[in-house]
Amino acid sequence: MTDEVAVLGAGMHPWGKWGRGFVEYGTVAARAALADAGVDWRDVGSIVGADTVRGGYPGYVAGATFAKALGWQGARVASVYAACASGAQAVNTARAQILSGLADVVLVVGADAAPKGFFRPPGGDRPDDPDWLRFRVLGATNPTYFGLYARRRMAVHGDTLEDFAQVKVKNAALGALNPNARYRKRVTAEEVAASAVVADPLRLLDICATSDGAAALVLSSMEFARRHGAADPVRIRAVSTVTPRYPNTVLDLPDIATDSAVAAEPAADTFRASIARAAYEEAGVGPEDLSLAEVYDLSTALELQWYEDLGLCGEGEAAKLLREGATAPGGRIPVNVSGGLASFGEAVPAQAIAQVCELTWQLRGAAGDRQVAGARVGITANQGLFGHGSSVIAVR
Amino acid sequence: MSRTRTPVVTGWFTGEGEEFRLLGTRCSACASVFFPREDAFCRNPGCPGGELAEVPLSRRGRVWSYTDSRYRPPSPYVSDPELEWRPYALIAVELESERLVVLGQTVPGVTVADLAVGMEVEVVPGVLNEDADTTWTTWHWRPTGVTA
Repeated sequence: MTDEVAVLGAGMHPWGKWGRGFVEYGTVAARAALADAGVDWRDVGSIVGADTVRGGYPGYVAGATFAKALGWQGARVASVYAACASGAQAVNTARAQILSGLADVVLVVGADAAPKGFFRPPGGDRPDDPDWLRFRVLGATNPTYFGLYARRRMAVHGDTLEDFAQVKVKNAALGALNPNARYRKRVTAEEVAASAVVADPLRLLDICATSDGAAALVLSSMEFARRHGAADPVRIRAVSTVTPRYPNTVLDLPDIATDSAVAAEPAADTFRASIARAAYEEAGVGPEDLSLAEVYDLSTALELQWYEDLGLCGEGEAAKLLREGATAPGGRIPVNVSGGLASFGEAVPAQAIAQVCELTWQLRGAAGDRQVAGARVGITANQGLFGHGSSVIAVR
Repeated sequence: MSRTRTPVVTGWFTGEGEEFRLLGTRCSACASVFFPREDAFCRNPGCPGGELAEVPLSRRGRVWSYTDSRYRPPSPYVSDPELEWRPYALIAVELESERLVVLGQTVPGVTVADLAVGMEVEVVPGVLNEDADTTWTTWHWRPTGVTA
């Protein structure tokens, strides 16, 4: 178990399709997090930006881009890219700097201005790029992978379309309570069933949208937090950034095939499960200690998969857990009380940071109408394209 | 005008008709199989590293899962925006002897309504798209017993 770092501030730019640049969103979120922390930007020793591939060079050097927008003040800078796990790696970079004594206070920012419709690879012919290949050769969009996972769950575990729809119903009801969410309308199971099929068996309302959005955190050493008057801050106790273990036998985005298990036996748990396990081991807690979880619901069916991968229930029991109401507000372990990606949509470099913002507000008891009573321990779970684990455990 | 038949990716498949095969590589040291082919290094972390030799994959496997694409995928997928979009199905297929799963499109005409997890399918040559000079060829999965 490592030492902890304090979460002094959290901030977001509301998510939606706003038609502006990612720098503007990130700067708004950063200023909100700084104000929340009561820290002057000029007193921040380091800034870490989560990169966006859609921003051209400014997006590739996100840390410096945000530092310039906030006003150059000489801070140490880093930019990190790990696809959907970029935010978690930014948090981890900040944490490593704080724990090693390189910086006392670090600003973490992620922001994106996402295209409408499917994510797609950048232009040009790149037959050595697996992401380019899956589009060129198969037309395999992200939702087609979500469809494969959903159909597999139906065949192996007996999940139904109604189970998937109920995940959306739950998350939409929570998103309706969140002023930062893009979608703030309740949805019925009938509305899910009436929406167009995108990738069999998943419908439009089973799949998360792409969005603009931003999230930021101010992290510090526990010593700085005490000096700053934050005696009992929300603390980050674990950040999991693990890679898969060979052979990875679950077909993963953006791959066209799995590893072969001919020469090496697969590990007992899958990559997704290993992400959570590493976080639990580092934090010294287990699923039974959790007050809430924010998971990466790219699709309704994928949220159910995370229940099992986080150990909230046994394999194949996720739909039962959902039906019992255990993952709804007031249940044993509420999941995606922010409304999840179902209500936010994807703003890739921001979403893992946004999950930690939600944990922060929940653990402070400051989440308003969507507050989980007495929240003490929260976990986030996410997964980045190309084998990037992403899970954060925060405590109060 | 006749178009040149060209594989959409070099070295991933070969042959015609009954002789059609997906091509992977196999490590001489640990016997790991790779698809798409790995020609530089064996990726098994427990392997000292061996020569990677081309190997044809099994023709038949079983459906691990399947889906389709009801909306036109973005480029670099090639489709004619003038034509109405016709969804294709995708199948992830478990190859027993290689112990891996390979994704692919189904043959035209086979939809998700025709598929089930666990069903046997076989690999057949297919056409991905055509332009003025070239017929881009690919692999398709077809349920066994279907001859269309």
